[in-house]
Amino acid sequence: MNDIPASRSIVIERMMPHPPAKVWRALTQASLVGEWLMKNDLQPVVGHRFNFRAEPQGGWNGVTDCEVLEVEPLSRLVYSWRSSGEQAATGINSVVTWTLTPAEGGTQVRMEHSGFRPQDEQFYRGANYGWQQMVAGLERVAGGLD
Amino acid sequence: MLQPQADIFRTLADPTRRGLFERLARADSLSVRSLTEGAAVSQPAVSQHLKVLREAGLVVEQKVGRNVFYSVEPRGLAPLIDWMALYAVFWRDRFERLEDVLNRMDQ
Repeated sequence: MNDIPASRSIVIERMMPHPPAKVWRALTQASLVGEWLMKNDLQPVVGHRFNFRAEPQGGWNGVTDCEVLEVEPLSRLVYSWRSSGEQAATGINSVVTWTLTPAEGGTQVRMEHSGFRPQDEQFYRGANYGWQQMVAGLERVAGGLD
Repeated sequence: MLQPQADIFRTLADPTRRGLFERLARADSLSVRSLTEGAAVSQPAVSQHLKVLREAGLVVEQKVGRNVFYSVEPRGLAPLIDWMALYAVFWRDRFERLEDVLNRMDQ
């Protein structure tokens, strides 16, 4: 019954018509990352702890705690991705892995966000309690994570 | 991890209480009086349900003059947020933005 449940992942993979070195910069230079992801103090150095920061919204404090776990220049970047502060206990505890593979005419970019616990989803979907009607409220609460 | 979720579900298992919570989730805040007007129970019963919701961390109260207003405490629902669904949308959007940034960057 209480075996460790397998966690689930989001995977997005896309061919981008840009060389790996350029994509790597967009993934690792804090100012560039800030343009497409969130404000941050990322440095591509293993062990570096940093935050992503967005405007607090609803009940979300806007802060993500991260630590660089792996760096292989131009090919692989891994960082942890966790809820911060008092939301750490009930929030997300996950890992983001970026993998770049040179391809003809560009770079294959793969992002895997792993560590979603299945019990979260299971409880959220607890059909017995008519949760569907609450989804509007939940989404308002969770905001657009922006 | 399971305990807080179980408490929330237990608290919201009562249909009257869940109805009050749902109305609060749709509004910014409501007074006990207006919550009672839409409920099929007396004001003391509504107050009792609101107390249970407050103790479960799901709503907060604010006194304004003689009136007490209630609103949803967003953090109360944190254990129930479907992170995976939220992040699926989030990353799709961010991939678009990443491509925009790449298109603007010099080599």
